[in-house]
Amino acid sequence: MAEIAWIHAALTSARPQAISALLRYFRDLDVAEEAYQEACLRALKTWPQNGPPRDPAAWLIFVGRNVALDQVRRQKKQTALPEDDQLSDLDDAETEVAERLDGAHYRDDILRLLFICCHPDLPSTQQVALALRIVSGLTVKQIARAFLVGESAMEQRITRAKARVAAANVPFEAPGPVERAERLAAVAAMLYLVFNEGYSASGAESDRRRPFSEEAIRLMRLLLRLFPTEPEIMGLLALMLLQHARAPARLDAGGQIILLEDQDRSLWDREMIAEGLALVDKAMRHRRPGPYQLQAAIAGVHSRAAQPGETDWAQIDVLYATLEHIQPSPVITLNRAVAIAKLRGPEAALATIEPLEQQLSGYFYFFGFKGWLLMQLGRSREARAAFDRAIGLAGSASEAAHIRQHIDRLMREGEQAAAG
Amino acid sequence: MHYAILCYHSEEVVMAWTKEQNDEVMGRLEKIRQRIAKEGKLGPVARLLPTTAATTLRKDRDPPLILDGPFAETKEQFLGFYIVDVADLDEALGIARELGEANPGGAFEVRPLAVYYPAGV
Repeated sequence: MAEIAWIHAALTSARPQAISALLRYFRDLDVAEEAYQEACLRALKTWPQNGPPRDPAAWLIFVGRNVALDQVRRQKKQTALPEDDQLSDLDDAETEVAERLDGAHYRDDILRLLFICCHPDLPSTQQVALALRIVSGLTVKQIARAFLVGESAMEQRITRAKARVAAANVPFEAPGPVERAERLAAVAAMLYLVFNEGYSASGAESDRRRPFSEEAIRLMRLLLRLFPTEPEIMGLLALMLLQHARAPARLDAGGQIILLEDQDRSLWDREMIAEGLALVDKAMRHRRPGPYQLQAAIAGVHSRAAQPGETDWAQIDVLYATLEHIQPSPVITLNRAVAIAKLRGPEAALATIEPLEQQLSGYFYFFGFKGWLLMQLGRSREARAAFDRAIGLAGSASEAAHIRQHIDRLMREGEQAAAG
Repeated sequence: MHYAILCYHSEEVVMAWTKEQNDEVMGRLEKIRQRIAKEGKLGPVARLLPTTAATTLRKDRDPPLILDGPFAETKEQFLGFYIVDVADLDEALGIARELGEANPGGAFEVRPLAVYYPAGV
């Protein structure tokens, strides 16, 4: 393997810390990114000869800072002086070393860099694109390809998003505990968006977007290293790992999604599942349940079942009940009804979901599930009506095919249950 | 003489390896492991999950305190180990050198065992 590939891994891993420190020095995202790029070019020149330094991030911060300062000095001859506060104590190498020893600083730097990507005015896809560009260092070309847009359009979007976050003026002082917790929650939600852009892709997009899920997991691990005692952060990382572990079994040869109960479970990634389960265990010890932990625990129950028939539905029912309590939503109740159907039969499940019809009138899965329950109760005419409604809600041909596949299985099962 | 070869590396860097890089390293290590095993010199081998999955029990107090994360905050993390049964330090270092060529970066701590209970004893 070329030495360069290993240097790239070192540069990738150092990027969030290096860019976020440079951002704090220069208070300008473009300057920070350019300084980092320049430092990387120098790294690619010198590291192959001398080997990578023991602390690549510190090396890149130091070199990047000096490069940018040189440029500031050169520009000073041509333009007005920058504001004093932007240049205060930038030349002091000792402060840099002292700062590196200050873990909280480094933690807040990275958190800030991620947080500026979560600007509430930005549509979620722009938050995702911005984070992938700035924090992960994916190229505009890679991001554009994954989102199926032209490179120049993506370039424009990212530039606009950067201008928007620059105008937002996220303060550079260390945040207080409440603000830090709020930032952490916003960043976690944004990383889950990044993950889902990869995870929910099907067909031709899935390969192009797989790196998104992997990147979200990498950044989530980084976040957990910075905030090692936060159960919801453990929970979200666990949730990502447990979902991503199924990726090899999730799509058929045609790129269509295979439902959980139809997946070949021998294809699931056992190492990822082990890590996810360990994190769920760790999180639960804190006795501070939250939505991510509960969803991860539910995913964990599914991953422990070697066959769909071995699924511990009682456990899933309890977990969904807790989730309903913390975060009531009709979709969660609908999911819980699946466990209720397995445990207490179709009648009980139907009673659980009937009050949801109004709220879930646009959700095909609701009508598919309702049809399945009705089939089992031998009410096949009503079941058909529900299935037709589900197919009517398909947004695209591939979605319709997916729903039909789903419904075919439900009808088969319903008939079997009614007959048996 | 039993030695432990303890593997240290920057976890962040290892996590940033591409799947291809990771598979390549694991493939090269597999070959070396098989050869040493054939010579009857290989004991248990483990690759550990990331330190973010670790829990630490501080038993210097009563009751013990359970903390999230690894025991030590270090630049390079403890990521795995090999147990080898060799004639002397030179041989252990030879194996470590060979494993190191297959797995660039980081460090191996080569440390003799005082007590060793193979599985099931």
